[in-house]
Amino acid sequence: MGSQGGIGQSKEFLDLVKSIGEARSKAEEDRIVLGEIETLKRRLVEPGIPKRKMKEYIIRLVYIEMLGHDASFGYIHAVKMTHDDSLFLKRTGYLAVTLFLNEDHDLIILIVNTIQKDLKSDNFLIVCAALNAVCKLINEETIPAVLPQVVELLGHQKEAVRKKAIMALHRFHQKSPSSVSHLVSNFRKRLCDNDPGVMGATLCPLLDLINRDVSSFKDLVVSFVSILKQVAEHRLPKTYDYHQLPAPFIQIRLLKILALLGSGDKQASEQMYMVVGDIFRKCDSSSNIGNAVLYQCVCCVSSIHPNPKLLESAADVIARFLKSDSHNLKYLGIDALGRLIKLSPEIAEQHQLAVIDCLEDPDDTLKRKTFELLHKMTKSSNVEVIVDRMIDYMISINDNHYKTDIVSRCVELAEQFAPSNQWFIQTMNRVFEHAGDLVNIKVAHNLMHLIAEGFGEDDDTEYTHLRSSAVDSYLRIIGAPKLPSVFLQVICWVLGEYGTADGKYSASYITGKLCDVAEAYSNDETVKAYAVTALMKIYACEMAAGRTVDILPECQTLIEELSASHSTDLQQRAYELQAVIALDAQTVENILPSDASSKEIEIDKNLPFLNDHVERAIEKGAQPYIPESERSGFSSASYLNRQDLYEVPPSHGLRFEAYELPKQPSVPLTTPPVSIGSSNELIPVPEPTYNRGTQAAVSLPSSSNAGPAEVKLRLDGVQKRWGRPTYSSSSASTSAAASQDTVNGVTPPDGATTVTPAISKGRETTYEPTRKTQQAVEISPEKQKLAASLFGGSSKQERKSSLGGGHKTAAKPTGGHAVEAPAKKMAAPVQQPPPPDLLDLGEMTVATTGPLIDPFKQLEGLLDSVELASSTKNHVDVSAAKGPDAMAFYGDSATTVEQGGHHFSSIDDVDNLMSGLSSATTDASSGGGIPTSQLTTQNSKGPNLKDALQKDALVRQMGVNPSSQNPNLFKDLLG
Amino acid sequence: MIRFILLQNRQGKTRLAKYYVPLEDSEKHKVEYEVHRLVVNRDPKFTNFVEFRTHKVIYRRYAGLFFSLCVDITDNELAYLECIHLFVEILDHFFSNVCELDLVFNFHKVYLILDEFILAGELQETSKRVCIFSYALTIPYIL
Repeated sequence: MGSQGGIGQSKEFLDLVKSIGEARSKAEEDRIVLGEIETLKRRLVEPGIPKRKMKEYIIRLVYIEMLGHDASFGYIHAVKMTHDDSLFLKRTGYLAVTLFLNEDHDLIILIVNTIQKDLKSDNFLIVCAALNAVCKLINEETIPAVLPQVVELLGHQKEAVRKKAIMALHRFHQKSPSSVSHLVSNFRKRLCDNDPGVMGATLCPLLDLINRDVSSFKDLVVSFVSILKQVAEHRLPKTYDYHQLPAPFIQIRLLKILALLGSGDKQASEQMYMVVGDIFRKCDSSSNIGNAVLYQCVCCVSSIHPNPKLLESAADVIARFLKSDSHNLKYLGIDALGRLIKLSPEIAEQHQLAVIDCLEDPDDTLKRKTFELLHKMTKSSNVEVIVDRMIDYMISINDNHYKTDIVSRCVELAEQFAPSNQWFIQTMNRVFEHAGDLVNIKVAHNLMHLIAEGFGEDDDTEYTHLRSSAVDSYLRIIGAPKLPSVFLQVICWVLGEYGTADGKYSASYITGKLCDVAEAYSNDETVKAYAVTALMKIYACEMAAGRTVDILPECQTLIEELSASHSTDLQQRAYELQAVIALDAQTVENILPSDASSKEIEIDKNLPFLNDHVERAIEKGAQPYIPESERSGFSSASYLNRQDLYEVPPSHGLRFEAYELPKQPSVPLTTPPVSIGSSNELIPVPEPTYNRGTQAAVSLPSSSNAGPAEVKLRLDGVQKRWGRPTYSSSSASTSAAASQDTVNGVTPPDGATTVTPAISKGRETTYEPTRKTQQAVEISPEKQKLAASLFGGSSKQERKSSLGGGHKTAAKPTGGHAVEAPAKKMAAPVQQPPPPDLLDLGEMTVATTGPLIDPFKQLEGLLDSVELASSTKNHVDVSAAKGPDAMAFYGDSATTVEQGGHHFSSIDDVDNLMSGLSSATTDASSGGGIPTSQLTTQNSKGPNLKDALQKDALVRQMGVNPSSQNPNLFKDLLG
Repeated sequence: MIRFILLQNRQGKTRLAKYYVPLEDSEKHKVEYEVHRLVVNRDPKFTNFVEFRTHKVIYRRYAGLFFSLCVDITDNELAYLECIHLFVEILDHFFSNVCELDLVFNFHKVYLILDEFILAGELQETSKRVCIFSYALTIPYIL
């Protein structure tokens, strides 16, 4: 049937395709296409184009569009073509519109009507074409227009139509779940369709529905299990085989569904164990598709309530995957390992070398999957190796998206599992150095906090050691070119605080370095600000220690430059620095106590030390302060503060009189004079910066008044107080925050104090200093060493510690494997027999007739065999009487109920379900003997199919001859 | 769920492109370009799966043609890899010994066959015979 060269296409079209194919360059191709577009534009408007010609034009439009050019001028013709009466044109029309238009295109409205009409067509091929278009083109708004018809088509006699109708509903569900929520019963009914194709398609919407709400589908577990069992037992027609495996795609879908249904549900899971175990045994692991099914089984097993036997099979499969040479299988193996590791952590150990191999593989996909796995199995004993690897990899890649991802993972692991502060600082340094711009600013604040506080250790020497090692490392790094801004901020802050603390480095050395930084990154104001503040701290420290401060010339130039800076913040800092240098040692000691960064500073929000001043001012006739909450809208609400603006009562509407306001001497005017007064006593703050000088001044006295020991400024309080509410412009508020920084030395600009507790806690709990493994395996080669450090070695001892380390799931000791295996073999045959096997027996007994040729009877066989089996074997004990559920299932058809009831007495629910469905599809309403009803179905189906087959001789060559495949099925039918 | 299917040759020429999620034209071109770049130079020993934005692309090469499927991150990769192969088998049956030229000249038929195989982003029919059968039924009308 090779239609090479395209039957029914004009030479013109073939030439077009050919010339495009032979085009040597993109430009040439474009030229040809543009020419073609011109031709088509001309031709399409000509009157009286023969239909066949028109169809070809439309196909040429599709071609143009596919090559990436705009063919929108012809869309309307494609739409018109869908109106045509002949299937031949209609289908091309539908194909073109589905390729051209998105669901929100304006032309859709012209198609909906046609679709509605076509859905009612007598010709099922037209209905199919319309349904294809429905799947692509109908959007949320137009769903109601076609929904009733699509639902009606679920009962269409052609399976192709039913299948497409199901897919259309599936699509509707994706677009607007509410539109089809009342149709769940229809989906359930289609699950029992005679045609395996329809049944397979129905699994798509069901999977989605179950994903959304597991609980309301629990009753279907039995049906799914029984369907899966039948599929696995090769009861579907041979045409569904793929590489000798029975309907693998349907199996995979069913396994996905079972995984959802069995998750966290012991009872449901128990029903699945057997069938999943069967599939494990039956699946051929030499083909890709067999492995795909096995992988899905592993996913299922790891999701449902754990069963030791299945877990063992899953572990075997994983072992096979990982040992395979195929990268695809290794990838799946790693993924499956990641799923199973939560349930049985010990299996990772067997595969350590394989995992390491994957980690070192040049294939990025595989490598990333492996990192995902490592991320899942990180614990305090292997965090160093894993994070190290991650950072190495992070450095080597360029893809920013993935880089960010892996950085956040590194940080997360480091914060959670860091074995020591030293390690944490070093790791963070590496992360910042290579990906500082991708790191969340909070991480930087955490790091500073850690260096300042040194978590949970009272040991002072350890503490100072930590700091001086941090300083050392930063001085080493600081010269490197192009460090990320965040990292430089951390460096400046640490150098400012602790640069001279251990006396190893002189003040001039550190200040020199800081000046270098400020100079090298002169575009980055934040870094400069940090650098200046650090300078101030160092000088203050020197002065407090009684040493004379000689300011380096470059430092002097820096200060001068900054005091003329455009940034008010930098200016402020420069002036402050100058002011501090001019003070005497005692004052400096008070305002900038050394090593007080981690001291809590208390704030008295009432600012009592200002009371005198305020009173004096009021005596002199100043207006008293009105708290913000008591201010009425007209007086001060609009005072530059956006928040206040919004608070203006709605009745006011727009405030056109806003210009008058500056005259009103409200809040801000009352405070500034006061604080200037007080600040003058301490520091001569230059006039120009008076607004900001205020803030510094206000907070300064508070610390100097009571000395560092007792007075504790509460940082969060400061920010609330001096941040937004009282000061309007954002620049003022940032400088307010920044000046706190100067004073108490601990807060990085945006209140990082809130973030830290989490880490400190995590670190304390997971801190685990001993790492025997690495020493233990030093003799073995490099890789083994790595493996050991990753997986905690193979010694029992180590495993114990690793179990204690993080995995709380009950883990089986590995020794158990060997013991369990034989036991399992014993158990297997005993567990086998339940209902389905009995059904098989049933089939055998009934089987009498020879094979038939009608392939579709196989489908009926799938369903009816169960029924027969059950009727012959009605002595089978009924255990779980789930009858009512099954009944409700078919409740909407009276005949069904009757028949269902008929079988009901003797059979268990699975059979009921299946019998119910078969009766639902037959017309035998009398509820008579089963065989008759089957025969009816068969008769009505047979000729139809034969007709269809004869319609096209081409297809026949592919027709199956089912007789050899599964004779039992056919015997059933007549039995 | 399948987001899109692309058939491209080694030069990156699109032989077939079917999208199951709405995308702007410019976005489609970008996707086609990016997928081609991702896929074309990969070592044949490597996995047939590549991360692509927030999804993954499963691809398979047949002679000079790359079949690429973009699927959700949680989907079964190997199954989709085989799904590509099944599609190729279907084409092979239909065109008897399919080659790139068949697809070039009969791209509209390929689209129609694809519609019988995958619909609304899901495998609709996994029986080779039924797929071809459904399509072939309409041939008498076309010829």
